[in-house]
Order: sequence, then structure tokens, then C-alpha cells
Amino acid sequence: MVHEALIGLVFLPLLGACLAVLPGRFGTRLAIVVGLASLPFLLLPVTLSVLREGAWFYTLGGWSAPLGIRLYVDPLALLMLWMVALIGGLAAAHAWHDFRPGTAAGERFWPLWLLLTAAMNGLFLSADLFNLYVCLELVTLAAIPLIAMAGSATAVRAAMRYLLLALLASLAYLLGVALLYNSSGTLDLYLLPDALATAPAPVTAFALALIGTGLLLKGAVFPLHVWLPQAHASAPGPVSAVLSALVVKTAIYLLYRVGLWSLPAGLLADGAMLLFAVLGAGALIYGGVLALLQDRLKLVIAYSTVAQLGYLLLALPLASLAAWQALTYQMLSHGLAKAAMFLAAANILHAIGSDRLSDLERLDQRTPLSLFALAVAGVSIMGLPPSGGFLAKWLLLEAAWRGGQWGLLSVLILGSLLAAAYVFRVLAAALRREDPSEAEDAEGISAIGRRQATYAMLLALLALVTGFAAAPILELMATGIPPTWGAA
Amino acid sequence: MNFGWQALPVYVVLTSVVTGILIFALGEARQRMRTALNLAGALVKLILILVMLLAIQTGASFEFRMPVLPGLDLLLHADRLTMLFATLSALLWLVTTVYAIGYLEQSPNRARFFGFFSLCVAATMGVASAGNLFTFFIFYELLTLATWPLVVHRGTPEAFAAGRLYLTYTLIGGVLVLVGLIWLTALAGSGDFIVGGTLAPIAAGNEAALRGIFVLLMLGFGVKAALLPLHSWLPRAMVAPAPVSALLHAVAVVKAGAFGLVRLIQDVFGFELALALGLTDLLTWLAAATVIYGSVLALRQSDLKRRLAFSTVSQVSYIALGVATGSALATIGGLVHLVHQGMTKITLFFCAGNYAEGLGVHAVEELDGLGQRMPVTSVCFTLGALGMIGVPPLAGFITKWHLGAGAITAGAPWVVAVLAASTLLNAAYFLPLVHRLWFRPLPATMAARELGISGRRLQALVGPTMIVAMLALFAGLLAGTPGSPLFWAQRMIGDPA
Repeated sequence: MVHEALIGLVFLPLLGACLAVLPGRFGTRLAIVVGLASLPFLLLPVTLSVLREGAWFYTLGGWSAPLGIRLYVDPLALLMLWMVALIGGLAAAHAWHDFRPGTAAGERFWPLWLLLTAAMNGLFLSADLFNLYVCLELVTLAAIPLIAMAGSATAVRAAMRYLLLALLASLAYLLGVALLYNSSGTLDLYLLPDALATAPAPVTAFALALIGTGLLLKGAVFPLHVWLPQAHASAPGPVSAVLSALVVKTAIYLLYRVGLWSLPAGLLADGAMLLFAVLGAGALIYGGVLALLQDRLKLVIAYSTVAQLGYLLLALPLASLAAWQALTYQMLSHGLAKAAMFLAAANILHAIGSDRLSDLERLDQRTPLSLFALAVAGVSIMGLPPSGGFLAKWLLLEAAWRGGQWGLLSVLILGSLLAAAYVFRVLAAALRREDPSEAEDAEGISAIGRRQATYAMLLALLALVTGFAAAPILELMATGIPPTWGAA
Repeated sequence: MNFGWQALPVYVVLTSVVTGILIFALGEARQRMRTALNLAGALVKLILILVMLLAIQTGASFEFRMPVLPGLDLLLHADRLTMLFATLSALLWLVTTVYAIGYLEQSPNRARFFGFFSLCVAATMGVASAGNLFTFFIFYELLTLATWPLVVHRGTPEAFAAGRLYLTYTLIGGVLVLVGLIWLTALAGSGDFIVGGTLAPIAAGNEAALRGIFVLLMLGFGVKAALLPLHSWLPRAMVAPAPVSALLHAVAVVKAGAFGLVRLIQDVFGFELALALGLTDLLTWLAAATVIYGSVLALRQSDLKRRLAFSTVSQVSYIALGVATGSALATIGGLVHLVHQGMTKITLFFCAGNYAEGLGVHAVEELDGLGQRMPVTSVCFTLGALGMIGVPPLAGFITKWHLGAGAITAGAPWVVAVLAASTLLNAAYFLPLVHRLWFRPLPATMAARELGISGRRLQALVGPTMIVAMLALFAGLLAGTPGSPLFWAQRMIGDPA
């Protein structure tokens, strides 16, 4: 039963993608139910089994590794799958109104969306470098047309740029995988450490460097982030939300898998972690400063993603339980908050026809709920209490303090002050009243607009709730700590 | 976790959160409903607090604990210090709400205003009932967030500039608290607030670290308490509407900072340890300097609200001064001033709001002869001013008497000189105002000026002003009777349970 559920997580969205291609409303609606609404129900038994028995492998078709293909589910994978189900689900609910099933736009949109979901789920479950390559490629190939679907020239240009760089990244990754296979004889992530111990070191190092570069490029890690801001800012609202909350995280997730599960401990691993930390610090500061300089709301949020991805790399050299909990919790809370912000920004753009900061005045009258969602999510992005972002930052700071990492500590603080600056800059722009005597305009929001605002608010509230209900999630994450960081 | 009777402090916080959310949800147009909600929320909270007060008298205790992070709990409880601050806040919130409803009548964005007003009070209640520093920090930051929309409420460039300054100061203050707190947690875990503190057993060998932690936390709380040199945001924040200023100065932000300092000395370090580490001297000197500096600057202000703001800078430091001086009497003086300053200062701000709304008076020079035009407001203002100066038997006198006597028993007679100087300065910047109100002739232009607001609205403003003035008056007059703020402060120090 639980095995079927695990396979269903990948195959039902895939089936949905096929169904969505069928003409007419009915196929698409069925596809959404089969491929998206089913996910939480599939996840429940899987979650229970991981809670009861810990992480486990599932061998597809009974062919055992190294010959066969294995799926692996552990707390980290579970967290990511839940994020796909919840954040992806709410974003899909938001998208329902802009890309109605049965319309021309809807017919193009939903197959891609379902394919993206299937590819992400597959990626989080695969235990095999080649399968991971396929999933990673599918994620990119599904995401790019979704960006271009915004239709504007900027969006198409951004999508093209993303496509070219992503192809480059895939090539680097694939080359690295081929080299690794040649020298170690296995593609299984969790068999690699032993196999690599006997493989020639320079080849391994080169292969891993290629894989790492590919992933950093796909993960938009500073200074390889150049494609991200325009792509995330010009995509349609729900696509932006999923891109920032989930899609870039797929590359970071793989980076964790390769770096923390497959890399034999030693000089190479230490060097890599240090490099990641430096890049993370750069991302946090650079992204923060650039977010502060943007004059469009969606660009501010996109650069904020560049900055926040830095948190996910910064703490890697700490290699402690607290650091692991902090990283995973940051994954979750950033996903929730960022998706809320992008959905809210989409609503604002929709309602007033512009997302220039100079046009945002009196938003508290014009789009109150969306602005509120933006503000509540912003609290989490700033890392202020009460929010999931605060708890993640607290854990990071505490881990950094205990590890005596003063540099890291100051970067973290500087980063959160920058975040406060760019979030409050947006909020100040939204509360402005150009002319104090100006009459109040009635809320010009349709029923659909109100529903779409509710989805943004729900995500923001989830980001707020994660500021309180952390204990069970963190306990689960503690059981999934990477083997190189401590005993599971 | 226990959500029953014991968890009453949670419900006290939640009443304001729920009120705030409902007000946001109602929207701008439904004014009657909003007013009813506002008053109901404030009343329910006050009743809950009175119930808690009575229960604590009979020996009940309240505690709500929820684990948030490994080793860190969200802890809300109700000790005597909590009740002192919470009662003050709940009482003044009710009055300020009534005042604000009258004050903001017909002005835009009232739903937003009252929504954040409620959240602000929720945060204050959380600050009051926080049972450890981690919880305190959560609500302390929440207070920053909830207050900012109130500071920038008018939406003018000036308001946003003040808001930016406010955020810069308070967020950096928040970072200082955060770093101090992380350090403390790494060193000693997260201890609950207990009179006498929890750090004494680990002090040996960690003196330097503890000093560092204390200084970080002191500066962090000092930002909101407007300690020298971290005070400059406060006078600028005067651009906010009068009820916000009143609340900021009397109950919410400034008091949260001062309250943090009290908790820090009494319940985290414990006075003995802070004294042994030489930390109380630091705070005493800083507070004394702020008392004098604030008064001197108040003298120079010609804008009424700015003069009151600098007066707050000075007066709030009495609290830190008393607690840092440390003898029983001085501590009582500091704690009781938490209440006395709140009641007195809110009276003065309401009066300033009345003058501004009624006759458009903002500058000190324009007060001439206003005793004839607005007699009730002027009587209240005079009471407040005399109370601040410390004329017996008003509230300020009770404070200063305890502070002075306490300083002598603590062996710090120089504090008495500070108090004397401050009193002279208080008199120097308040008495001329009183003189102007009653003994200068009313200029013809002012006599001819129409009241800017309707008679009914003026009543809505003057009524709450009278109530707070009475509260301030009785806090001083009846200081010797059971139930007075002084009585509570004495119970707290005399019986350190």
C-alpha cells in the first residue's frame, strides 16, 4: 500500500499531464484531481511509514541496485514532497482562475504544470544520478514554457536566457555523471561513497566539480543567479511562486544529496562546503542589496529569492544537528513565505495594472488582503518573530554561535537587516497617500480577486504558523540528518 | 500544554489579536460595528485581567508553556510584575480606545488604525506576561512591527521619515537583543523569569560573557526605553496621531523597553549578581544621565508634543534608575513609576491632542489664557504637569520620595542630587505652561477662534482625558490604600515570591 502511494506520487501527476492534453474541460479537471489533489492523500501513508520506520528504499520492478533503479524516501525528501503538494496545490488553485480549464490558455498551461509536479516529485524520490538528471531536465523543460506563457517580450527573453543557461548546466551535470560512472561503476547516490573511495581522485574531483557547477547554475546560486530575477519576475504569478518556492530548491536539494550523502568525508568535502558558504554569504548580501535597488515589486521578490537561497548554503560548514534543522526549516518557511509573496504580487499587479513601487500607493485600500499577505510573509522573510523564518534564523544563529563562526554570524545579521530594509520599503510604498484629501475608492476587487487573495493569505498564514508548530517537524528532520553530519 | 483556566494569559493576549483581525476583516465602512468591537475587546480584556488579579490574590497561578524549539519554550505566565504592567495597559487601552474613536472620527484609514492598535496592545500584553526572555523577545519584536503602521499612519513624507528612523532604531535594537539572547542561550540555556534570576550558579568563570550579554540586552531594551544616546527616534515619532503618541509613551513601546530592563535586572540576572558584576552602576549612570539630558532638551522645545516627548525620555529613565539603584525602596519607586508615569503622561498627551484638535494649538506660546477657553482640559493638564514635577501628594512625588529615600539606603546619595536637579528642570519646563494657561491673558485672535470640532466630539475627547487625570490623581492621593499601584509595588518587593 505504502509502496503504491510512493509510486503514485510520481505517476499520478504524470498521468494527469497526459489527461490534461485531452481536449475539453473535463479532461483537464480530471487531470487536476488525479495529479494534484491526490498528492496529500498519497503522502499521508508515506509520512506515517517514515515516522514509524525511518527512511527506506523501494526497488522498482524488483531489480536491486546497482543494476536496478531505487527510490528513496527520508525526512528531507518527505519535507520537499509536502511542499510540492501544499505550495504547489495552493498555487494551482490560484492559477485555476487565470488559466481556466477549457480555455486556450488553460489547455497549454495544465499539462506543463502537471509535468512539472511529476518531475519534481520524481526528483525528490530518485536515488540514482541518471534518473535525477532526467527529472532535473524535465523540471527545467516544463518550467521554461510556463514562464514564457506570460506572453510579454521580457518573459520570452527571460525564458530563453533561462533555457540556454539551464542547458549548459545540464550538460555539465551529465558530463560529471558520466565521468563518475566511468570511475566508480555506480550511479546510485547512496552507494557512491564506498565506490568513490577506490576511484582515482582527480577524475572524481573533476566530475564532482562539473556536477556542482551545473547544480549551482540551476539553483541560481550567486554569482550564477543571473537568469533568475527576470525569469521569476516576468512569469505568471502562480508560476513565479512555484519557481521560487520549489523549482530552484530542486537544484539545492540535489546539491545537498550529492554533497552530504554521496561525497566521502575529507578534504574535498570540506573545501566544497567552505566554497558553498562563501557563495551563500555573497548571495545573501548581493541579493539583499539588489532587492533594495529594484523599482518593481516582483523584481524585489525575485532578488529576495537570490538572497534567501544564500541561507541554504551558508550554514553548510557548521555540520551540526542545529544547522541541519535550520537549513531544512529555512527550506520550508522560505517556500511558504515566498510563494505567498509572489501570489500576492500577482494579485496586486492584476488589480492595479502595475507593480512599480511608485504606483503602489494606498494598496491598503485597494488590495487589502493581498497587501496583508505580502506583509505577513515579509515578516517571515525578514526573520522576525512570529514566523517560520524567525525560527530558522534563530537556529542558524545559535548554531553559528556555538560553532564560534563570528563571520557567519555577522553575515546572517547583515542579511536580515537588508531583508527588513527591502520589505519595509515595499510596505512603505504601499501605505503612501499621494494626496491626503483623496477620496477613498471602493474596493475594486472581483469575487475571483478575493479568492486569489485568500490563497496568498493562506500561504502567509502557514508561514506564520510554522513560527509556532516547529517542534514535531524539527524532530522528524533530526532523524534525517545526513550521515556525514552525525548518526541518524 | 494546557488550554484551560491556567492558560488565561494566552486568552488575554488573544482577545486583542482577535479584535484586531475582526476589525481588519470588517473593513472601513462598518463604523458602528467596529466601535462596538473595539470597546467589547477592551472590556473583555480588562475583565479577564481583573479576574486574574483576584485569583492571584487567593493564591492561584497561571502558566502556559508550549515547546517551540529544542530547549526553548513559549511561556506566558502571570507574576506580580506582569499584573502591574498588564493592568495598567488594559486600563489605559480602554480609555485610549474611547479617546481614539473620538479623535479619528471622519479621518481615513480607521480600520487599519484600530486593527494595528489592537495588535499593538496584544504585543504589549505578551511582553507583560512573557515568562522567559525568548517569549519576551518574540512579543518585543511583534510590538515593533505592529507600531510602525501607527507611526506612519498619516502617510505624509514626514511620517514615513519618522517611521524609517523608528524602524532603524528598533530593528537594530532588536538585533542587539537577539545576539545577547543567543549568547545567553548558548551559555546557560533558557531560564524562566524568577525573582533573583537564574544565572548566579553559573556566574563563576563566566563574568566577562555575562557582562557582554548584559550590555547587549541593556542597549537593545534601551532603544525602546529611549535611554541616552538611543532616544532620538522618540521625539520624531511624535508625528503620529495623538492617541498613538499617548499609547507609545505611556503603555506600549517605551514601557516595553523599560519593562525589559526591569526583567533583565530582577528576573534574569538578579540584582545581587548584576551588582557583583558592576553592571548596575553602568545602568544607574546611564539612566541618571538620561533623566537630566531629557529634561534639559525638553526645556528647549517650543512644540508642545515635542516637549512632552523629551519629558518622557527623562521620566521613563526613573524606572531604570530605581531598579538599578537596587535597595527595596528605590526598586519600589522604579516599579511604581511604571504606572505613575503612564497615567500622568497619557493625561498630558490627551490634553495636547485636545488643544490641537479643538483650537489648532501646537506651540507652547499659543497656550496663553487657554484656561478660559478649554477649562476642563486645562485643569487636567495642570494636574498632569504638577504630577510630573512631583508636587505632593501627587503621583510623581510618591515616586521621587521612594527613589530618593531608596538611593540613600543604597549608599548612592548622588542620585538624590539627580532627582533634585530633575525636579527643578521639570518645574522649569512645566510651570511656564501652567502659568500661560491660567495667568496670561487670552489673545483676541484665540478668543475669536472657532472650535475646530463639534461639541459632541470634544466631549468624546474630554471625557477620557478626565478619567485618566482622575486615575493619575488618585494613584497619588490614595497611594497608601490597598489596591493602589504603590501597594502592589510594595507587595512585590516586600514579599519576593
